[in-house]
Amino acid sequence: MDVHHIARLANLKLPPKQTEKFQSQFDETLSAIAAINKLDTKNTPPTSQVTGQVNITREDKVDTSRVLSQSEAISQAPKSHNGYIVVPHVFE
Amino acid sequence: MTYSPVIGLEVHVELKTLSKMFCGCPADHFGKKPNTQTCPVCLGLPGALPVPNKKAIDWTLLIGLALDCQVNHHSKFDRKHYFYPDLPKGYQISQYDEPLCVNGHLTLSTSEESKATSEVTHSGSSDGENRVRINRVHLEEDTGKLIHAEVDGEKVSLVDFNRSGVPLVEIVTEADIHGSAAAKEFVKKIHQLIRDLGVSDCDMEKGSMRLEANISLSKDGTLPPYKVEVKNLNSFRFLGRAIDYEIARQKELLTRGQTPPQETRGWSEAKNQTFAQRSKEVAQRSKEEAQDYRYFPEPDIPPLVFSKEQIDAIRAKLPELPQMKAARFAKAYGLKPSVVTILTKTQASAAFFEAAVKEGQKVSLPPTVIANAMVNQRQAFKNPEDLVRHLQTQTQEKVSDKITLRQFIDQVITAHTQAVSDFKAQKPQAIGFLIGQIQRLSHGKADGKLVHQLLLERLESSR
Repeated sequence: MDVHHIARLANLKLPPKQTEKFQSQFDETLSAIAAINKLDTKNTPPTSQVTGQVNITREDKVDTSRVLSQSEAISQAPKSHNGYIVVPHVFE
Repeated sequence: MTYSPVIGLEVHVELKTLSKMFCGCPADHFGKKPNTQTCPVCLGLPGALPVPNKKAIDWTLLIGLALDCQVNHHSKFDRKHYFYPDLPKGYQISQYDEPLCVNGHLTLSTSEESKATSEVTHSGSSDGENRVRINRVHLEEDTGKLIHAEVDGEKVSLVDFNRSGVPLVEIVTEADIHGSAAAKEFVKKIHQLIRDLGVSDCDMEKGSMRLEANISLSKDGTLPPYKVEVKNLNSFRFLGRAIDYEIARQKELLTRGQTPPQETRGWSEAKNQTFAQRSKEVAQRSKEEAQDYRYFPEPDIPPLVFSKEQIDAIRAKLPELPQMKAARFAKAYGLKPSVVTILTKTQASAAFFEAAVKEGQKVSLPPTVIANAMVNQRQAFKNPEDLVRHLQTQTQEKVSDKITLRQFIDQVITAHTQAVSDFKAQKPQAIGFLIGQIQRLSHGKADGKLVHQLLLERLESSR
């Protein structure tokens, strides 16, 4: 398990001490999955969900009651400019 | 050494639904004040729950069916993780292993014009039919918009989330395209098709249709070990130029024994060339494999299940598509392919032609005459009736085939002996009557002057 790679994917900077800690925790998690692998799932259909619901959709209608005002929308941003949220420069 | 270009395309299309993909915010974002059309769902605020827009799903299926795709009876949404300021949740709701539609195709013309590529020859499919396979058609949410600016002397990026969550359809082809002309024809056909379906404006200037091309060169027809992705191509012309530029650039590298590096490039209109671009992936220096996106099923959206009946109901909504229409025009009206292409270029011109054909039937004006007039049109007609009327008068002046006219004259003289006797008896009105009868036989198309002359000759000779 490459903890550094996982940390990079999650955009986290890990000090060496935590890297060690996470290494053992990841190993623990994976061994739990190894235990699940031992279960007999021959008669269990694969699924990606547990609610049993399907086709939950909405009609194509505008709901202005939930639309935030510009000032509300940007209120949590550390910095804003003319209604835009300002972030450090990124290349396109 | 000749190389054959191997090109795959990705086309993104914003659907013109009223509301966004997973929330009720207005989807029409163009030219709106920044961050005025957002809510907790499309801002990615904690606890907000996405609910898919049914119309966006139906429209994506419609696009897929129009491209002869199979609809996955079981489909779902997945989370695709990456960090970029235009993506407030840290993941994009997209589709991974169960896209709505798969395995379609679009047929390109086999004309020399579309096959002629650059100086690079292609050894690929020479089996006549020019078919581009569609790998998948899936549905996802658009991201926010970034503007790069300078604020207080500092280079920054400005984020507007109005576009965040707008339904976005992605169409991915197999690498079946072998030149810039075919690539342009493909995207033009997609553009026309989706506009005919009425599900997107496909306005490239406004960004509601975006093009990407994966380009590489093959020596032996097999898939090359690298590919160059050219992004942000916002016109058909730039797509064509970028492909031609890449083919030349890669050929030069290969000729020198180098393998072009796998990378993302952009298109510079000013320099008329592609340039290496720092992509989102490179910017993060980490996301290189699909597994790095940590795709997993979106737990907040239950899966989608489609019955055969549901799919058939959507299929029934398909209008007559350009290719079907072109085939019908060629067969029903006996038109040449080049004429059909021009007439079916837009729905409006096809409809105009069909209305004119119907109008023309009343006066026995053949469809080919109408088609040719529309193709060579020097003046615009407000409606089909005007065109038919114009052609009718034009044809009248034009039908001056002496053999045909003499046949009419013979028929009329045989049938109206009294009028002939009147003429011989110096009754001038008799000639007018006979000409009228000839015009009746020719449905008014006979050249009046010529008829008069030929009739006189005929009557004089039998005097």
